[in-house]
Amino acid sequence: MRGSSGRPPTEHSTTPETAVPSPGEEGAAPPRVQVSSAAEERRRARRSRRYRLDVKWSPYAFVMPFFVFFMAFGLFPLLYTGWASLHRVELTAPTDMEWVGLRNFSRLLEDEFFWNALKNTVTIGLISTVPQLLMALGIAHLLNYRLRGSMFFRVAALTPYATSVAAATLVFVLLFGRDYGMINWALGLVGFDNIDWQNGEWTSQLAVSTIVIWRWTGYNALIYLAAMQAIPKDLYESAALDGASRRQQFIHVTIPSLRPTILFTCVVSTIGATQLFGEPLLFNGGAGATGGADHQFQTLGLYLYEQGWVNLHLGRASAIAWAMFLILLVIGAVNWLLARRLSKSA
Amino acid sequence: MRRAVILAVVAALGAGLLAGCAKDSDEPANSASKAGGGGKGSTTLTVGVFGAFGLKEAGLYDEYMKLNKNIVIKQTSIERNENYYPQLLTHLGSGSGLADIQAVEVNNIAEITATQAGKLVDLGKADGVQKDAFLPWKLAQATTKDGRTIALGTDIGPQGICYRKDLFAKAGLPTDREAVGKLWAGDWNKYLDAGEQFKAKAPKGTAFVDSASGVMEAITGSNENRFYDKDGKVVYKTNPSVKQAWDIAAAFATEGLTGKLQQFTPAWDQGYANGTFATVSCPAWMLGYIQDKAGAAGKDKWDVAAAPRPSNWGGSFLTVPDAGRNKAEAAKLAAWLTAPEQQAKLFAKRGSFPSARAAYSLPAVSGAKHAYFAGAPIGQIFSKAAEGVPVQIIGPKDLIIAQNLADIGMLQVDQKGRSPKEGWDAAVKAIDNALDQ
Repeated sequence: MRGSSGRPPTEHSTTPETAVPSPGEEGAAPPRVQVSSAAEERRRARRSRRYRLDVKWSPYAFVMPFFVFFMAFGLFPLLYTGWASLHRVELTAPTDMEWVGLRNFSRLLEDEFFWNALKNTVTIGLISTVPQLLMALGIAHLLNYRLRGSMFFRVAALTPYATSVAAATLVFVLLFGRDYGMINWALGLVGFDNIDWQNGEWTSQLAVSTIVIWRWTGYNALIYLAAMQAIPKDLYESAALDGASRRQQFIHVTIPSLRPTILFTCVVSTIGATQLFGEPLLFNGGAGATGGADHQFQTLGLYLYEQGWVNLHLGRASAIAWAMFLILLVIGAVNWLLARRLSKSA
Repeated sequence: MRRAVILAVVAALGAGLLAGCAKDSDEPANSASKAGGGGKGSTTLTVGVFGAFGLKEAGLYDEYMKLNKNIVIKQTSIERNENYYPQLLTHLGSGSGLADIQAVEVNNIAEITATQAGKLVDLGKADGVQKDAFLPWKLAQATTKDGRTIALGTDIGPQGICYRKDLFAKAGLPTDREAVGKLWAGDWNKYLDAGEQFKAKAPKGTAFVDSASGVMEAITGSNENRFYDKDGKVVYKTNPSVKQAWDIAAAFATEGLTGKLQQFTPAWDQGYANGTFATVSCPAWMLGYIQDKAGAAGKDKWDVAAAPRPSNWGGSFLTVPDAGRNKAEAAKLAAWLTAPEQQAKLFAKRGSFPSARAAYSLPAVSGAKHAYFAGAPIGQIFSKAAEGVPVQIIGPKDLIIAQNLADIGMLQVDQKGRSPKEGWDAAVKAIDNALDQ
């Protein structure tokens, strides 16, 4: 590429516009020049006005598509859901709305299925998010070493994330099967009785968490890996000079430098855990949104789905959706406070 | 200049995409009249169904297109009714996105008849509909109070009991289908007794029946009164027939006669494949399912006997939405698809039992034998069951009540070892929450 054109193009291209009129022309017809310069003036003013407008408004035009879509598919549904949550609406007649005020919300307070779902969401969220992020950190640390075929391992770490949740969950349902599941078979080899993974409260939540962990660990590991590679090498070098072991380097150099990234993944994982839906839905085989005979792994997302699309109560489902939204806002606020304290103490 | 172009493009793109989205939902209805192609006045009819409905698989569309050169039929299918039905409701609500013909499951038909009748064509008056051919109760289920028939019945689900002859022989029970039928004829409690007999000498690792919920479903299907009374009031809590079904099914669970499986789950399929249970209540449409899941190894091991009492489980309807573009042609197609001759073909090919009584005397039904089930004369077995099925009172929320009784209440008794009382209370709580408006 370099030097192929042979001639630097920049010098010529600017000359015509900045060219000074030749002396002869100037003297021969001064008035004409004046007229043309006035026109030029106007044109220039217009151009600069347009330029100013352009600088001012073009960015808005460029970001417009996002906001148009956001309004159509983000904001409008959000507001409409809020509006619907104040009404009694049934899916059999979505246009018949009867005003009930905050009734749908107040009844959530005494709705034991809602509290059960909230509790399940929190426990499943905890037992999936915490190990998942810890494992992701460890894996990222390993991937960060100079190792042969690192690209292969990085891609491999991401494959679970690329797998469809439906396909993955079906496989896990078979693995966790009571009578013919591979996990029970393996446990049987060491002398354990068959565990009814789907029906126990803890076992079912553990099984659902396993699917979540399997799916997202690699994804988070890659985020950590990206952040790790941005850590200056000399930090490690000086730590090594001071006699810090690999482990000590990880704890005293890597972790502090990753703090904002860890916080980010915490927030994203929390949002994901709050909205957990596909895994528990499919883990329940044929029964749909009940989350097990005892609702033992019914998450908020499942309960919302059950109210809206099985029981057809759109108003109540909307109220649950908004309650979830508010819960997320609270979690976000707590995270923000924590982050502020952390960055102050750092 | 260039910027203006970009602006215009951006604006056009945004608007175009938005418009595209808006248009999308109208498309199926619009395209019905035009997308047929060919250019010589051909009409495309769309049919929306759930699951493997069978009309296409039995070759009925192809046959109709051959008879009517100007018609092209396209089918869209959504695997599970629980996903199909809410979508159908939203589409009916917005009057767009509808196929020319939409299928409806029997558990939803009362709700559709009660709430959506205004958006569906009155098929009782349509060309070619033979109202007398149907079982009267099937027709009545889809007829509104003011006498509009908004759906035509396809199949019904008269039940027998499918059983494994090899397991019966090992447990010292008769294997001949007549003798097996006599074992429990007339009384569901005798079915329970047969279970006790089976258990006494059962081969290791086998159970008498797949699930307690399946038994409950079969018994409630044999009762005239289930969850609603004639005035449309929810009465399942106090209805003695529901109580009886609950108690007998719960007894199966507490006596350890079930395989503790949940129907239509992967574990249930594995139960078929491994032959871990000896009987299952068996609507006509279940035969194909068993054949699929039990596979070649189960051939001639399975057989069908009459159920203790005639009972119905499942069945479907076809409706023609008012918002469709080709209502007249669609009604004609619906009438043809549900005519006795076609229902008989559907039975012969797919095992969906006709809801048209006139079909029972056709040789395709009366002479039907199922090779997989040891040549059982299924035409006669299911015809007899169908004639005895009581006219059931069905209500708008039948599906939700049945689902929670089975998947919450009875499942707790069966799989979690809760007492029948605890299971019942849990189901009632879930149903109250679901029905409460």
